[in-house]
Amino acid sequence: MSGIIAQNTANATGLIKAVAAGGAWTLLTTSTASASADISFASNIDSTYPIYLFEFINCHPSGSAVSFQVNFRDGSTAYDATKTTTKFEVYHKEDDSATSLAYATGDDIAQGTGSQRISIVGNDNDQSVSGSLYLFNPSSTTYVKHFLSRTHSYYGDAFAWSEFAAGYCNVTAAIDGVQFSFSSGNIDAGTIKLYGLGDS
Amino acid sequence: MSGIIADNISSNSGLIKAPSAGVWVKISAVSASSSATVSFTSGLDSTYSKYCFIFNNIHPATNGVAFEFNLSTDGGSNYNVTKTSSFFKAYHDEADAGTHLGYASSADLAQSTSYQYLISSADSEGIGNDNDQNGVGYLHLFDPSNTTFVKHFISTIQYNQKDDYSINNRIAGYANTTSAIDAIQFKMSSGNIDAGIITLYGIN
Repeated sequence: MSGIIAQNTANATGLIKAVAAGGAWTLLTTSTASASADISFASNIDSTYPIYLFEFINCHPSGSAVSFQVNFRDGSTAYDATKTTTKFEVYHKEDDSATSLAYATGDDIAQGTGSQRISIVGNDNDQSVSGSLYLFNPSSTTYVKHFLSRTHSYYGDAFAWSEFAAGYCNVTAAIDGVQFSFSSGNIDAGTIKLYGLGDS
Repeated sequence: MSGIIADNISSNSGLIKAPSAGVWVKISAVSASSSATVSFTSGLDSTYSKYCFIFNNIHPATNGVAFEFNLSTDGGSNYNVTKTSSFFKAYHDEADAGTHLGYASSADLAQSTSYQYLISSADSEGIGNDNDQNGVGYLHLFDPSNTTFVKHFISTIQYNQKDDYSINNRIAGYANTTSAIDAIQFKMSSGNIDAGIITLYGIN
């Protein structure tokens, strides 16, 4: 490679040569909620990419003080993959009267099939949750499938609330679908984007 | 935006519009196969101000070992950069018998040239080598070619502990040197990296 295009490969503006195939995050699909019971990604999660990233942007519940949660599909039509997980959270109140960093015993899972809570959020007009979830190598039929989530929400009586959920789907079947929902009520509004990242 | 360039923005070949700031560019990938070490001796320079290593399906040959890294300022001749770091973790086992969130004093470094744990083997928390067990995560390295400031790193790791715990590690620290960091090495504390892929990205 030579000439102007080659000289411009490290720039972030102007014309450049395309990066090698599979190198960058690729936006696969965007789902926008509107009084939706859930947002399900029933396609696009396969062997095309070894790493997938979900970005949640201002997901707003219809119910008050509900958990934003995720579950995984491992071959059937149900989102019920067996999981073992950890969960911890940190919060700070607007009036500076309360802070905490603690393990969330009630939110983790030990070989359960229920949804994994990844955030708690209020439903005042200006309250929402944003964050991300990484899913590693979902199409592997050798290894368990790990995930990492971090969210931040505006919750209850004026709390800045950050949560860290992580764990694995303890199955060697491929994970081929992911579903997000609230523990009660609808996803009143919000956007979830799915990206793929090549690694080899 | 319109025309050919706009039409081509999702392509992987030919001419495209330059990505906006924050786009990741894959630099190289190493697939471990009974590898004693995985080293990156090129690709870390001043091209990008931030680099990220992604770990996928890291599987040890030996049960219950640590996964760790060190840095080099001489192109990989020596991996012995002084580091100070913090390390905290959360765990929960499949039998629901134990949970924990806390600082891991046995896994941090204080002005040490030793390898930094990404997965610690202290307190029986090493990674398992059952056929389906593995570790994943990422390591961000900031501005490694800077010769004014120390070089910070931030990592998150998720893995299967050997006795069927799900463990989530959060590591951060700095290489306490103003020399440029130009190489990095990953290894298990004992035995080989049986399998796995480590990919290096540059972030605009």
